[in-house]
Amino acid sequence: MSETVNTFEAQQQGRPTGPLVHGYEVIIGFETHAQLSTQSKIFSRASTAFGAEANTQACAVDLALPGTLPVMNKGAVERAIQFGLAIGSHIAPRSIFARKNYFYPDLPKGYQISQFEIPVVQGGAVEFFLETGKGADLVREKKTVRLVRAHLEEDAGKSLHEDFIGQSGIDLNRAGTPLLEIVTEPDMRSSAEAVAYAKELHKIVTWIGICDGNMQEGSFRCDANVSVRKPGQPLGTRREIKNLNSFKFMQQAIDYEVRWQIEQIEDGHEIQQATVLFNPDTGETRAMRTKEDAADYRYFPDPDLPPLCISEQWVQEVRGQMAELPRNMAARFQADYGLSEYDATQLTQSLALATYFEAAAKASGQAKLASNWITGELARRLNSQDLSVEQSPVAAQTLAQLVARIADSTISNSAAKQVFDALWDGAIEVDAVIEAKGLKQMNDTGALEAIVDDVIAANAKNVAEFKAGNEKALNGLVGQIMKASKGKANPQQVNDLLRAKLAG
Amino acid sequence: MTTPLSTRAPHDLSVQELVHALADKQISATELAQHFLDRSTAHADLGAYVDVQADTTLAQARAADARIGAGTAGPLEGLPLAHKDIFVTRDFATTAGSRMLKGYHSPFDATVVRKLADAGAVTIGKVNCDEFAMGSSNENTAIAPVGSETVQPVRNPWDTARIPGGSSGGSAAVVAARLAPAATGTDTGGSIRQPAAFCGITGIKPTYGRASRYGMVAFASSLDQAGPMARSAEDCALLLSAMCGPDPDRDSTSLDAPTENFSRKLNDSIEGLRIGVPKEFFGEGLSDDVRTAMDAALKQYEQLGAKLVPIALPRTELSIPVYYIIAPAEASSNLSRFDGVKFGHRAKDYGDLADMYKKTRAEGFGDEVKRRIMIGTYVLSHGYYDAYYLQAQKIRRMIADDFQNAFKECDVIAGPVAPTVAWKIGEKSDDPVANYLADIFTLSGSLAGLPGMSIPVGFAKAAADKGLPIGMQLLGNYLDEARLLNAAHRFQLATDYHLAKPAGF
Repeated sequence: MSETVNTFEAQQQGRPTGPLVHGYEVIIGFETHAQLSTQSKIFSRASTAFGAEANTQACAVDLALPGTLPVMNKGAVERAIQFGLAIGSHIAPRSIFARKNYFYPDLPKGYQISQFEIPVVQGGAVEFFLETGKGADLVREKKTVRLVRAHLEEDAGKSLHEDFIGQSGIDLNRAGTPLLEIVTEPDMRSSAEAVAYAKELHKIVTWIGICDGNMQEGSFRCDANVSVRKPGQPLGTRREIKNLNSFKFMQQAIDYEVRWQIEQIEDGHEIQQATVLFNPDTGETRAMRTKEDAADYRYFPDPDLPPLCISEQWVQEVRGQMAELPRNMAARFQADYGLSEYDATQLTQSLALATYFEAAAKASGQAKLASNWITGELARRLNSQDLSVEQSPVAAQTLAQLVARIADSTISNSAAKQVFDALWDGAIEVDAVIEAKGLKQMNDTGALEAIVDDVIAANAKNVAEFKAGNEKALNGLVGQIMKASKGKANPQQVNDLLRAKLAG
Repeated sequence: MTTPLSTRAPHDLSVQELVHALADKQISATELAQHFLDRSTAHADLGAYVDVQADTTLAQARAADARIGAGTAGPLEGLPLAHKDIFVTRDFATTAGSRMLKGYHSPFDATVVRKLADAGAVTIGKVNCDEFAMGSSNENTAIAPVGSETVQPVRNPWDTARIPGGSSGGSAAVVAARLAPAATGTDTGGSIRQPAAFCGITGIKPTYGRASRYGMVAFASSLDQAGPMARSAEDCALLLSAMCGPDPDRDSTSLDAPTENFSRKLNDSIEGLRIGVPKEFFGEGLSDDVRTAMDAALKQYEQLGAKLVPIALPRTELSIPVYYIIAPAEASSNLSRFDGVKFGHRAKDYGDLADMYKKTRAEGFGDEVKRRIMIGTYVLSHGYYDAYYLQAQKIRRMIADDFQNAFKECDVIAGPVAPTVAWKIGEKSDDPVANYLADIFTLSGSLAGLPGMSIPVGFAKAAADKGLPIGMQLLGNYLDEARLLNAAHRFQLATDYHLAKPAGF
């Protein structure tokens, strides 16, 4: 594996290429198995539906009965093409299926059909924002993780060791399920970055609909290759954490693994290349096999499958059927609505969220304000109740009305929050809520002027302080006026009036 | 009206004659099936059939009779056939000659078997072969024939002390002995052509991908190809037309070539046909009898108007190491599924999983299969792959290119099928390399994926081998089976070697 281009120089100069943990740099690469959302298996016609009774969804081909042969599922290839297009990869016009030979009871043929030397998807990159620190120390950094490849392969069955006393059961329902194995360069430098990458990748595959993303059912499984080194040193020996099936465990497992490796090195031990499993109960990783036990897979091109040829025309057809991609949509949001790159990225975290935003932006004519409300108040409320945007009690059209009322100065921002509360609790009509709660802003300049005069008169001390150059004193006065107006005054108008009167 | 049946026994009729007799109701499919079942029992000591299910056969025959009666008969309606035990069959056991699959029943029929059944063919039974089609003598079987407790190779009807060739030895023997009018075979490195030559019958291996491999127990996937074995080119053409055709939903390597009537060119003149004669096929090691028969056959072709063209196939010798790298490599992987987990043999007493695998495979596979699994595993291993497998693939391409160069100068290529006639049972069984070397003339055509056939061209005269049949190989360019069959048929119109019958049958 090669190192990232943009960190190469730092590496050469002995400077760290990422945050240090006890003086060590953390290097992470990912291999993700995304189960493709085809109806039937990659090389047979058996169903891929999850949860059926054991061995009821395995046909003669899946069971590797003598005389059976694989036939490629076109839908799986198209999903691989979609993925490649989504992340800017090269779609190989000719890729090769290979056999990975090893014995295991849940591998019916004694080999897995995969791609080895020439994968279907080559290169590409996943981009995302990484947030570190909190509050004033919050740092938002744009990250790029390069992909080496993504290749098509078949899943194995499952061994059931618990269900039978003294014996193991084999369920071949999953055998032959199509997988896209997505492999990165070792570009990640912290567990937080690794999780952010995994979340972004998850977003992409679910957005384009090639994978249901269900991590509990194993539809999206991540393996993390982790190593540590002192800055400027060559890559350390890696250990691979297998089958990370939640973002939470992912971070815990990597953090534990990093601590463990640093301790080993500090204690004078060498890291041995190994495959490890994370135990969520103990929070520890444990080696399941070392390099010495590694099988020789005897890869060779599968003579049962001709080369997979993908014409440019086929790629274009697939492209034509694809929905707008998140990064294209984000770019369009920046161009059409004047959003920042960060806001546009936030709003394209899911297709549902992006759709919600566009509906609200169009209906209100206030894209920026709608964006602020969606990434701010709405996101906070949804998060706190663990709801998705599809489950939001406030519909996009309703939020658009609210935003429009702020924009036309009918209500203030703080009044809008009260309206939002009511909408969240089930109210539907924005104007009715404003009316019922009497939240309309004071548009009567005379009445406002009277309040301003009263407050100036009653707060001589603040006035004096402001005139002496203390800007903060003005805030106190604004607060008093807003309070006296029961929040109906327009804060900007109050500000302007105050400054005019105090200057006079 | 005089019919062939009024003067000759049903088993002496050709496929062509039988199909007509059946269609004309001169004989019923049921009578014919019973006749061949009786002959199989009478000649059980040939040891060819490994599974016969008379009730099933007769039920198929009655159904054929019903279709003939109803006027819905297929082109081969009621024709009895034997299937090599490498094709999986629903109604007969499938063993592939291996202890590993003893008693195995497939839930489906191989595409070739199904297509022949769709054309109306009736299955007499399954016939023995070398284990997983690995061998050229039939001595590598682990399955005892019907009526015997003892595992034994199929016997050559021309001399029962001799091997019938292999791996489709059972198929060749039953056709030569008239225990079936025709049979299916498979050819990976010569397994149709060589036993056809040794048993004095006609067999054709079509272009790789012509016949679906679905339901053939895989030996070497990039080489395996099914084909018919019968007494004449005319009969082979009839069967081949029913066996071939695209099978895109089941076999990705099946060619997208339309179904053909391979009989259509049979009677065309071969005036001006350019027959390439590769000097590498006539070097040292060729027995005098084979050389003499080849010379005579080539002369015969000249008399029929063909022109002999000397050609070069410079990598002929390399085809042996190339084949014995590629075929075992693929076999080692193809046979991994026989692990005792899902079907087939499983050792009785074992400790852990690894022990179960080891004992199951040690007990289930014979020596030749183990030998090839080991060779194949070795050549695919890390550090050896480039030197062996990759190198072999490169030379394979060059061998195919050599043929294309040759076909610029000729239409078909002719030469011996094997350097000698059939040898005695046990003669080479301790010397696997001697067996491998005997494949020299058939391997290159297999590696190139070309169609090839064997036709009877004479009998040995040397005292030790007297009367044993000699076969000539004809190789054609891709998809040129019809021309090969034409060349073979014209030869058979002018000669009677293919009509000779072994004594006692």
